[in-house]
Amino acid sequence: MAEFRADLHIHTVLSPCGELEMSPSNIVRIAKEKGLDIIGITDHNSTRQAKMVRDLGREHGIYVLTGAEVTTAEEAHCLAFLPDDEKLDEFQAYLDAHLPFIRNNPEKFGYQVVVNVDEEIIYEEERLLIPAINQSIEEVEKKVHSLNGIFIPAHIDKKMYSVLSQLGFIPPTLRYDALELSRHTTVADFIAANPYLKNATFIQSSDAHFPDEIGSVFTIFDIPSISFENIQKKNTLI
Amino acid sequence: MKVKDIVEKLQLTVCSGAAGLEREVKGGYVSDLLSDVMGNANEGNVWLTLQTHKNIMAIASLKELAAVILVKGYQPEEDTRNESETEGIPVLSTSLPTFEIAGALFEILKNG
Repeated sequence: MAEFRADLHIHTVLSPCGELEMSPSNIVRIAKEKGLDIIGITDHNSTRQAKMVRDLGREHGIYVLTGAEVTTAEEAHCLAFLPDDEKLDEFQAYLDAHLPFIRNNPEKFGYQVVVNVDEEIIYEEERLLIPAINQSIEEVEKKVHSLNGIFIPAHIDKKMYSVLSQLGFIPPTLRYDALELSRHTTVADFIAANPYLKNATFIQSSDAHFPDEIGSVFTIFDIPSISFENIQKKNTLI
Repeated sequence: MKVKDIVEKLQLTVCSGAAGLEREVKGGYVSDLLSDVMGNANEGNVWLTLQTHKNIMAIASLKELAAVILVKGYQPEEDTRNESETEGIPVLSTSLPTFEIAGALFEILKNG
């Protein structure tokens, strides 16, 4: 077994709140500088920038999980990662079908663009990516798992946009692969306040919207080698 | 005032949990954050929300709420209905937005 450092919650320039500096090349460069082995690309309700980061990461020895941070109907944010491009595209189609059409106002919410490795804008998303999709947390979880993906309720310690803030407690029937904590708490503190979750698998991630935040907290995966399947098996230490 | 009186006065639809229509109403609470309701609603409150997830029934039961009113025509999910039946806490529905139904509820509770 070996230990790999992972920050599985990173936004790019595609997220309206993501800085323009959050381009694939900057993200990969900073991930490398911070000593990360694995990163997750999780824009709000869109996977459209993830492959670009993945391809660049591959060239520079960073393993990139491709997915999104989904806003469920309850306004609970959840991370979803898909095992291959076919499943990622299917998940993107699912997001497109369930995101309400509200036109983005870039002046107000920020630009939503996909950029290539040369930092050229190759796509602009005209639908605002922040609203809730019209699918419940269970429906999203089932979709992700039907595609053999990884489903992780995000920053569950936060007072807004987390499964705990929106639904009070984790529905006992919800099948999650891990629970994510923000950089503002620790596993020990969180479990002390929520003892019913003491047996859950936790990850901790930066939720980076700015370059400086990448890798500010991370999870150690204790796995024989880096692969989607090994990450899915969730031997994490934080 | 009982839940059934509110149903009649506000012309609410009873979606589930009719066994609880005799529950006593001691006030109202409005919030869509279940964590907030868990911390701040009081026993006997009628809770106005647009959340339809089954966790609303767990919170209603925990806080011994009188009933839940879903606003803007929202309907409970199937497992939410089932929980409501089991707990005997009615889930009610109105086509009105929260602001209007809260105002109407406030009026009838104030006038007792």
